[in-house]
Amino acid sequence: MTQIVFYVFAAVLLLSATMVISARNPVHSVLFLILAFFNAAGLFLIAGAEFLSMLLVIVYVGAVAVLFLFVVMMLDIDFTKMREGLQRYAPFGAAVGAVLFAELVMAFLHWHQAPVRVMPITGGLGQPGGPHTNTAALGNIIYTHYLLPFQACGLVLLVAMIGAITLTLRERPTGRRQLIDRQHARRREDTLEMLTLPLGNSVVDNGGFRRPDTYYGTAVPGSWGVPEGEGGKVVKAVPAEGDHA
Amino acid sequence: MNWMPAFPELVLAICGLIILVVGAFLKKTESFVPVSALTIAALVGTAFLVCGSADGVGLGHLFINDNFARFLKLLILTGGILATVVAMGYVREGGDLPFETPVLMLFSTLGAMLMASSGNLITLFVGLELSSLSIYILCAIERERLKAAEAGLKYFILGSLASGLLLYGISLVYGYAGTMEYPALTSILMASGLLPVGLVIGIVFIIVGLAFKLSAVPFHMWTPDVYQGAPTPVTAFMAGAPKFAAFALLIRIMAGPFGMLAPRWQLLLVVISALSMLFGSLAAIPQTDIKRLMAYSSIGHMGYAMMGLASASGAGIRGTLVYLSAYLVMNAGVFAGIAAMRRQGHEVTKIRDLAGLGQTNPAMALTMTVFMFSMIGVPPMAGFFGKFMVFAAAWNAGLTGLLIVGGVSALIGAYYYLRVVKIMYFDAPEGSFDRPAPSLTFVSASMGVATVLYVVGLGVITSAADAAASALIG
Repeated sequence: MTQIVFYVFAAVLLLSATMVISARNPVHSVLFLILAFFNAAGLFLIAGAEFLSMLLVIVYVGAVAVLFLFVVMMLDIDFTKMREGLQRYAPFGAAVGAVLFAELVMAFLHWHQAPVRVMPITGGLGQPGGPHTNTAALGNIIYTHYLLPFQACGLVLLVAMIGAITLTLRERPTGRRQLIDRQHARRREDTLEMLTLPLGNSVVDNGGFRRPDTYYGTAVPGSWGVPEGEGGKVVKAVPAEGDHA
Repeated sequence: MNWMPAFPELVLAICGLIILVVGAFLKKTESFVPVSALTIAALVGTAFLVCGSADGVGLGHLFINDNFARFLKLLILTGGILATVVAMGYVREGGDLPFETPVLMLFSTLGAMLMASSGNLITLFVGLELSSLSIYILCAIERERLKAAEAGLKYFILGSLASGLLLYGISLVYGYAGTMEYPALTSILMASGLLPVGLVIGIVFIIVGLAFKLSAVPFHMWTPDVYQGAPTPVTAFMAGAPKFAAFALLIRIMAGPFGMLAPRWQLLLVVISALSMLFGSLAAIPQTDIKRLMAYSSIGHMGYAMMGLASASGAGIRGTLVYLSAYLVMNAGVFAGIAAMRRQGHEVTKIRDLAGLGQTNPAMALTMTVFMFSMIGVPPMAGFFGKFMVFAAAWNAGLTGLLIVGGVSALIGAYYYLRVVKIMYFDAPEGSFDRPAPSLTFVSASMGVATVLYVVGLGVITSAADAAASALIG
């Protein structure tokens, strides 16, 4: 019986993996990918590696979500159109779900814990009093036996991170950055000027909005009223027309 | 857990992390030089640590330190140091590289060192990935240049494919042998005596994956484009450290666990070697770009170096190691020369840009001539001794066909190397280059001297290579 379950999982895994690369619709591909992951997890489960199988599902569900996002962002898919086809896709989705469900039932029926199977691979694991559960055995392998490759993998990821940053980070000269020290050094007189306006005149009549002269000397180039690249030059937002009353 | 054999690697890794943080805290415009200087210091320090490192197997059979590993690690570190110095010169002349460049070179060197002393197929793979991933990034680090981005992407995609093949081969070997540790593999293969087909396929995949990293024919397609597109210091680095590491692995696996299968894999290596030599010299003839020319030249050199391994003997391995040391010297020198090819602050890489260099910059022309002659294999330059040793090993192993192919392609190769010399001395100058940065002059001058006076150090290098080969073969 276990053998039959194995072949079912293996066959569905191969089939869905083929469909991932041959499906025309990227959304279908992603769905088949999920099916493939679940089948691989099922294979792990009947091999007695329940930790790996759960890990596969948990990790790859996240990964698939990200992949789905990529599909949405990078491919030009009209999702309103897609929603129209909901009825068309519903049976398809239901079929995938049904297969998954049937497999889950089969897998849980044939799930047995078999920590003994990993023993021959690792030295020291079979010792009496050693770790006995699957998870503990894996932990021992990864964090003790294969410590060096594990740490080296950390370096690989670090390098990948450095690469992602160096290759994509662009310093935009127009970026508005918060300069906290300058913010703290600001006083009321720097930003606010009290004007006495004659009755009946609006601000525009008095030369427009303007800031105290000290503002223009200290403002970051590109800020309001200060042209790009050259600080300190006064540009009034509303150019005064005619004479200032 | 005995981690003493891996002490130099640990130190280098920690230095890399510290240097990265230092670079991040420095101002962007002035961070390159101090970071490079620190990187060079870390690499030099590690080289001394490697010289004094303890022999033995550490970290649960994952890591082996012996004479062989030490020899190749020194080659790898020297390659890394020279490439970093070239990068400093390149930036001084106006090249635009971020401070991450030397840090990535350091990590790539670290990965290459891990490969050189891997005792387990897992260490091999992780080291290879660390080394390659850094280089993928380095290729595209001048991201504004279209060619650099193309080079990075091409290398990344093809390199990932090769890594996949290698991993597949490793999984097959693991599946059939039940272990990934070299000593255990050796004893299992010895004990069983029979050889399942799956294991053979696994070994072939491993050879293919490594041959890709070596840019040996027929897995060389990426080489010219990547060499041309990558910034010159990166090309100088790529042509050095990772190749030594891939050779280290190939030799260690082929002479170690799969040593008794030599009659099975020998033909494969002979074919790869012969094709690389022939293709490297034939395809280099129509090239007009000096970096592409050097790419084909390095394909050819890998073919020659593999000749020693293909003869499957201790003398052959010694020959390969000596060849690699000679290759390191002349290769770094040539790339320092190429990095100095600048007119009005712009890099030029055409071969005809070298025209009249004999009049405009006689010193540079002289060093380039020395390197070209060494690449041909003219005595008493460095290249001659390498070629001599691998040819002698192939002769002793009775590989006459390979010898003939090697001789013919060396003759064809002489044509395109001599063409560069002819262009430098007999063509009319089109204008002179900018004054090269002192570090570039230093690298090309010192490597030129090393190439000419290689015979002085030959005894030391040969005995070290001998010790390295006997560490493997016994």
